[in-house]
Amino acid sequence: MPRLIIDGQEIEVPKGITVLQACEMLGAEIPRFCFHERLSIAGNCRMCLVEQVGLSKLQPSCALSVDDLRPGNDGSPVKIRTNSRKVREARQGVMQFLLINHPLDCPICDQGGECDLQDQAMAYGVEKSRFHENKRAVEDRDIGPLVKTIMTRCIHCTRCIRFMTEVAGVAELGAIGRGEDMEIVTYLEQGMTSELQGNVIDLCPVGALTSRPYAFKARPWELSRTESIDVMDAVGSNIRVDTRGREVMRVLPRLNEGVNEEWISDKTRFSWDGLRLQRLDRPYIRKDGKLFSASWQDAFAAIACCAERTFANRIGAIAGDMASAEEMFAFKDLMVRLGVKSIDCRQDGTSLHPDLGRSTYLFNPTIEGIRHADSLLLIGTNPRLEASILNTRIRKRFLEGGFPIAVAGGVPDSSADLTYDYKYLGSNASLLEDIASGSHEFCCVLEASSHPMIMVGQGALRRPDGRALLVLAAQIAQRFGALSASWNGFSVLHTAASRVAGLDLGLVPYEGGHDVPSMVNAARKGALDLLFLLSADELDMSSLGAAFVVYIGSHGDAGASRADVILPGAAYTEKSGIYVNTEGRVQLAHRAIFPPGEAREDWSILRALSTVLGQTLPYDCLESLQEAMYASAPHLSEFDQIRSESARQVEALAALPVSELDSAPLGSAISDFYLSNPIARASAVMADLSFREKSRREAAGQSDA
Amino acid sequence: MLSDENRIFTNLYGFQSSSLESARKRGAWDETKSVIEKGAEWIIEEMKASGLRGRGGAGFPTGLKWSFMPKAGEGDGRPHYLIVNADESEPGTCKDREILRHDPHLLLEGCLFASFTISAHVCYIYIRGEFIREREALQRAIDESYEARLLGKNSVTGWDLDCYVHHGAGAYICGEETALLESLEGRKGLPRMKPPYPANVGLYGCPTTINNVESIAVVPSILRRGANWFSSLGRVKNSTGSKLFSISGHVNKPCTVEEEMGIVLRELIEKHAGGIRGGWDNLLAVIPGGVSVPCLPAKECWDLSMDFDTLREKHSGLGTAAVMVMDKSTDIVNAIARVSYFYKHESCGQCTPCREGTGWMWRVLKRMVRGEAHEHEIDMLLNVTKEVEGNTICALGDAAAWPVQGLIRHFSHEIRRRIKEYAANPKAEGAVSFPVKR
Repeated sequence: MPRLIIDGQEIEVPKGITVLQACEMLGAEIPRFCFHERLSIAGNCRMCLVEQVGLSKLQPSCALSVDDLRPGNDGSPVKIRTNSRKVREARQGVMQFLLINHPLDCPICDQGGECDLQDQAMAYGVEKSRFHENKRAVEDRDIGPLVKTIMTRCIHCTRCIRFMTEVAGVAELGAIGRGEDMEIVTYLEQGMTSELQGNVIDLCPVGALTSRPYAFKARPWELSRTESIDVMDAVGSNIRVDTRGREVMRVLPRLNEGVNEEWISDKTRFSWDGLRLQRLDRPYIRKDGKLFSASWQDAFAAIACCAERTFANRIGAIAGDMASAEEMFAFKDLMVRLGVKSIDCRQDGTSLHPDLGRSTYLFNPTIEGIRHADSLLLIGTNPRLEASILNTRIRKRFLEGGFPIAVAGGVPDSSADLTYDYKYLGSNASLLEDIASGSHEFCCVLEASSHPMIMVGQGALRRPDGRALLVLAAQIAQRFGALSASWNGFSVLHTAASRVAGLDLGLVPYEGGHDVPSMVNAARKGALDLLFLLSADELDMSSLGAAFVVYIGSHGDAGASRADVILPGAAYTEKSGIYVNTEGRVQLAHRAIFPPGEAREDWSILRALSTVLGQTLPYDCLESLQEAMYASAPHLSEFDQIRSESARQVEALAALPVSELDSAPLGSAISDFYLSNPIARASAVMADLSFREKSRREAAGQSDA
Repeated sequence: MLSDENRIFTNLYGFQSSSLESARKRGAWDETKSVIEKGAEWIIEEMKASGLRGRGGAGFPTGLKWSFMPKAGEGDGRPHYLIVNADESEPGTCKDREILRHDPHLLLEGCLFASFTISAHVCYIYIRGEFIREREALQRAIDESYEARLLGKNSVTGWDLDCYVHHGAGAYICGEETALLESLEGRKGLPRMKPPYPANVGLYGCPTTINNVESIAVVPSILRRGANWFSSLGRVKNSTGSKLFSISGHVNKPCTVEEEMGIVLRELIEKHAGGIRGGWDNLLAVIPGGVSVPCLPAKECWDLSMDFDTLREKHSGLGTAAVMVMDKSTDIVNAIARVSYFYKHESCGQCTPCREGTGWMWRVLKRMVRGEAHEHEIDMLLNVTKEVEGNTICALGDAAAWPVQGLIRHFSHEIRRRIKEYAANPKAEGAVSFPVKR
């Protein structure tokens, strides 16, 4: 381990780190603009210069590896000074150079208050400008509806370019021109298309790239910050919800090395305008085919009236994709007390089942564990659309090399851009049988790898033959050594934030009950009288026949349009709740604001409804609900933990018989990334993005995936 | 003065053909194989003993540079590369151009020796975008050499070498060795951070040596005639051998000439360039080594020895030995302002001090040409140059700062005069009297 002396303090540091990181280990603050832990090193801002005793030139600490420091002839450690006069003067010089062409428009800049340049100018700058020439002006470019550019403010740190090229995997940003005329552009004056472009806003140390939807909406110091969990997909990205008064002003990523590092997708970041639009803010009752607003009492009375006239076996209950664990627990609890057997949380009809064991429906290698894999087979999934953040981990592993990837379905053909190279095996499900039997050409790749990863998506599992595909995936995992004691490469990629918790809590039909497809079928045939939808919108509402539909949810989407009674619930920012992500990680989201109007938190609606239906639930507050839930599912109390599951369960799954496969091509569970849930569908920003994406695809002459 | 038998570049002026046949008559490609048979260690020792310092401007000892490469058999299997930097763009310098035009076989033979020494089987010659005819001449020479099996597989010389010419696109910064690597790899010419040095991680991440055209072209002569012969040339310590000097500006006969290191500037100009326009009394200043080194005023030039150490002591540098002579008709402030504009224009824009500093220096100087400035801005300008110098990724920042420092060091009185004249009568046309009315 290299030793060095930083500001007189001797320290032993791990190999391979940079001097900047070594200085930070000792608590010496090193200012920087271009350096970012997760991006390649550019070394171009020159703010992090330090003095290496014995060298006349100052060294950029971000680019200087401790391995490259040569100890003195007598073996004495290299001495680094981070605060000498020379260093301070150099920093002042660099600061001054950065500021001479930076506009003095801080009062109207959205970065104001959270601007690296502002902060560091205060700490390291000089008080007065010596620059009397005209400042440079740079034309703004339209780079899309999400990222607003004011390029005069750009300090050419190239973080955005590096992010787009390295992490997002789409080289849409670049620098043209030379010297002080260098400009960051999208080359051909077109908008960015990446689903991760919003992250460049966070990365930009100045106000050159800011959020367009948030432009001029608020100042950072007037916002309240709440730690929360994203529900747009099943990754469970850690987010911070910034609110002012009763409104969500923006959503930002929170650091979690295990989940999203510090990135979030554009859907997570920009769908907050959907939290204000299409909201259900009071109960409604349908009369003569039209919805009329009603009081809570009347709405409950209408439900009770219907419930009294039917029987438990003619009642169904479906939990949706964005419900928290607590409300699903209360939902199930109420239904069980009512004697209802048709309970299901799998509204897409996925063939996963808790009886098969928890590891048959989890992303077992964990998101962070993708880096240990050395080959990957994707079955019926397009991770770029279904879990953009998880896809960056696959790309990261791909960039390290030695990671062959094969794709079976999920994308229409080999032209789809997943941001990494892959071998397209086809979209016919029967090729999985070939792989499972060892006769497919990709088998030798899987054979050669010690940590193969078999990733199966809902595009495969929601099909009528989903169970067969699940078994085949398990067989492939078993055959190629993905189920050893140290490595479980069987990975199920979920698309719904609530799904794993739903399965953990056993929201599946009881003996004799219906699952989602047969509930819909029964409703159409008139065999189901009453259907409870807990924020479930992804069903074919037109085929629910004459069933009396009670919709509990936050947005006026498909479910609300079909509902006979609407009970207005809370969106994910308006309630505290537990979510379990695709890898089985339990995470707690905090309430940031209150629900609008008369809307209430969903669990309290269920609690009130239970009284009306004569089966009062035994909890009066969220804490006692949680306690009851922990009693039935203890692992839900272990926040930010993943309870490891035995691979034996997957082995048992592999032993099940495989039924006949469907000949339809394997697709992805998500056809339109930007419109995959009620909040996104209510968002004007998402609608715009979806429209642009569609126009692009049409212009490129491609049909819908 | 260099005697004719000690001349390395015997066809510098193109009086003879540049063909292989003609080059052979002048001694090129002679006994190549027997030199190679002496082995790489011998060559490195010989090069070190010759005292040859890189001719591209920085003056790094060539033999030492070659010794940094992983030795044959000790490497990790990565290929080695030799790169010849023929991106001669330093204003005032036109020495490599003459070699490429008229004596390309000297360069190619040097490439072979250098490649053999560093165990490279591939050599890229990165040639300046504006050098069209030079490229043609070089390509012709390469084709001839392949035909004669001096280059290529199964070479008669005993070392297989493939030589490729790569044409640059005209950016000055691509003459910086790591920017050159980037450009060669197909990317924007932005200098890389060092360490790692190219000898370890260079072209395509492989060990690479980058040498100037002239440094490589003198190698065959050194190896054939011996290190002692080369080191006996030159009059001073640390600067041995002969060197091409490009003399331009206000001299009667601008020329490129091969001379001994350490030749006195007066002798160089009088003997080869026909003296200064209007005589020595009319001399104002000399830029001794291409625009990136500070200028020297007339009083320093009389007995100036043209070698690395002396010029360094005088706060200037030998650089590429491109001597630019300016007589008293020169508007020295404007001249340096023009140099400053060059660096502003050619800065790659990667790192902050150079990107922002070059433009700043140029704009201040532009005002100072007219005297439209305050006296305290002279100190400020000097301070800005110090903040650029040494704080950048590559040496372009230093190169941009030094000419301005030279101007302020030796001609601040001229700037002050203009500032005073302008301040006295700012509105009048021609408020400042220039040396020559234009």
